[in-house]
Amino acid sequence: MNIIKVGMADMNVACSPDVLRTVGLGSCVGVAIIDLSCKVAGLAHIMLPAAGRLDVENPAKYADTAVPLLVQKMQQQGACLNRMIAKLAGGAQMFTNLNQSDLIRVGPRNVEAVKTVLDQLRIPVRGEDTGGNAGRTIDFSAADGSLTIRTVAQGVKTI
Amino acid sequence: MAGRLFELDDFQLSVLREIGNIGAGHAATALSVLMQKHIEMNVPRVHVVSIQEIDEVIGGAEQLVVGVYLRVEGEIPGSMFLMLKMESANMLLQILTGSHQPVDSFSELEMSALMEVGNILAGSYLSAFSDFTKTNLHASVPAIAVDMAGALINAVLLHIGMYSDRALVVDTEFRQGSENVESHFFFVPDHGSVETIFKLLGVDFA
Repeated sequence: MNIIKVGMADMNVACSPDVLRTVGLGSCVGVAIIDLSCKVAGLAHIMLPAAGRLDVENPAKYADTAVPLLVQKMQQQGACLNRMIAKLAGGAQMFTNLNQSDLIRVGPRNVEAVKTVLDQLRIPVRGEDTGGNAGRTIDFSAADGSLTIRTVAQGVKTI
Repeated sequence: MAGRLFELDDFQLSVLREIGNIGAGHAATALSVLMQKHIEMNVPRVHVVSIQEIDEVIGGAEQLVVGVYLRVEGEIPGSMFLMLKMESANMLLQILTGSHQPVDSFSELEMSALMEVGNILAGSYLSAFSDFTKTNLHASVPAIAVDMAGALINAVLLHIGMYSDRALVVDTEFRQGSENVESHFFFVPDHGSVETIFKLLGVDFA
């Protein structure tokens, strides 16, 4: 089993028994998608809700461009769209006493944006650990689709 | 602009390092006064990093740290981020309050003391920086959190992330002799701010 790292504003695809890991999700959202019948998994570390008029130098950064691209990469590995399920983690508000701009609410907006895209692609969300004020490190297993979430204060849980 | 950040020449990098030097020098002095101990600082490092690799700059994305975040407002907007290792935060509190026991979580009063430290450091850094560039700069009210370093830097990089995949980070390390006070002070200019700095200082920036 290998652990494949996914950086901020990055994505990766893995096959069983490998594990995809992203470390220190703050307001970013980790979108984990898997086709359990062929055990092809994908993980994206999304930073912002929508590319809009801004640069799309890196489609992995935005919810609206990252999710379709991740699905496409998984399909290239043999995954099938209508068998895919998703799990989400992240979207926290790291600095609670900060509220001068919209950017600060970016965590919840990221979660919302990811769900909208998943909904359009008809990928059901089967597990979620989002919001709150804590940073998360997640491991997504391509073997069984389990998503393990580590936080500093609340320890480890698996969804 | 995003591409050009990668093409800073040695002279431009040394200008940015010098700005870090002046700002951090003042901050180190302020910290020395506050702690009544001699605080040393390293020569600032200027990194141009892709946001995917920011972990390498902060050293361990999962490490528990105290982070104080401020927005720089004015002609050269950006973000400032003070990252204290837990040992350093504990040491600081011991010096400031006289009676603190090392822990992994802090009371509201302790959090506000640490926030004030960030405020003082950022304030002295910024006043030196604004004298040097002859601009008006001020810092927002600080925000504080104790969590994974990676998750905190995540939030700090949002402003840059909207425009670019690369960030310019001026990183200064503070140390207090043999004791375990280690902290980092990051200045991350917003998209376009580097251009403004060079323009104000009359440095060519094609």
